[in-house]
Amino acid sequence: MFGPLISKPGTSKNNKTGSWRIEARPKFLQKNCIACRLCILSCPEGCISGEEKNTFICDYDYCKGCGICVEVCPKKDIEMVKEDLDLTKV
Amino acid sequence: MSKPLFFPGHTACAGCGQSLAARLVIEAAGPNTIVVNNTGCLEVFSTYYPLTAWGVPFVHSLFENAAAVASGVEAALTYLGKKDKVNVIAQGGDGGTADIGLQALSGMWERGHDVLYVCYDNEAYMNTGVQRSGLTPFNSDTTTSPVGTQSMGNLRPKKPMPEIAVAHAISYVATASVGFLQDLQRKIKKAFSLKGPKYIQVHAPCPLGWRHEPRQTIEVGRLAVETGLYPLIEYEFGKLTGVRKIQPKPVEEYLRLQGRFRHLLNNPQAIKQIQEIADNNIDRYGLKIQL
Repeated sequence: MFGPLISKPGTSKNNKTGSWRIEARPKFLQKNCIACRLCILSCPEGCISGEEKNTFICDYDYCKGCGICVEVCPKKDIEMVKEDLDLTKV
Repeated sequence: MSKPLFFPGHTACAGCGQSLAARLVIEAAGPNTIVVNNTGCLEVFSTYYPLTAWGVPFVHSLFENAAAVASGVEAALTYLGKKDKVNVIAQGGDGGTADIGLQALSGMWERGHDVLYVCYDNEAYMNTGVQRSGLTPFNSDTTTSPVGTQSMGNLRPKKPMPEIAVAHAISYVATASVGFLQDLQRKIKKAFSLKGPKYIQVHAPCPLGWRHEPRQTIEVGRLAVETGLYPLIEYEFGKLTGVRKIQPKPVEEYLRLQGRFRHLLNNPQAIKQIQEIADNNIDRYGLKIQL
């Protein structure tokens, strides 16, 4: 077989793009959440998870801090907070 | 979703409309899908060797031939008797679709392969640094149509790709937008319910090339539709079967958010020209809500 082959799916998980965030990160307040799932649907990374109300959270290993989830949240239950640049916590 | 089909960790920019659209397309298509990709941003950021973000079989060959390779994949599946169980998606950016790959794409439509072609329309060659393509809108600032004393940006209007697709008498043609995510997923599912070649063009804002804030990706996509500049339409077997009705907003609201149109804002004549394009779309497809 010719050409570069990648035989395992989803290996990009090894690439922790969370280190790209420099200014702000989304904070899930988990207070007024109505579980509409808009944040899950609209995350370009696909790194938000949750099922019930007030359980939604994003994976900071991959979140690039674009802030789309903050914009789409109808209850303003996600806000951008200043990034803590201590990389050991990422 | 039990198992992701498009994994995090890809190297798209923060707020990338294309990565968002690609994830929704593959989630709507389901796990029994083979994806064939043109060269472009999507291919580069999702499969940077030796890693891949895809959870489904993924083939990349050249810039121009995703449609031709997908035709071959579909023919092989038909020969093996497995076509009923497997969906085939060919996808690419707007340059790979409307300029470089149009010949292969036209061939796929004409031969009638049962493939869905998805064009992620970010309105320029973003991967190589924002050069104009056939789908770049009128008066947009790109590196090969720069703004200056003698130039207002891109000289030509957008190539009418949906009309070109409809002219091939294929089973399904639709435009979708990252601003309307459920609508995008519904159209992908609708496409797979029909046999024959299908074409969906997804408007995917690019924060880097359009020069807007990453968090505004969905808002910009939404405004393009709501101003009438990017009508959401559906054709089945050559007949217009669905349009998204809007309460038209002035195009200025859409232009104001983006750096690539900043030079137009102090020029009422230029804004009027863009408004005419929007008004033409609204008249042509009957987009306006009748109260």
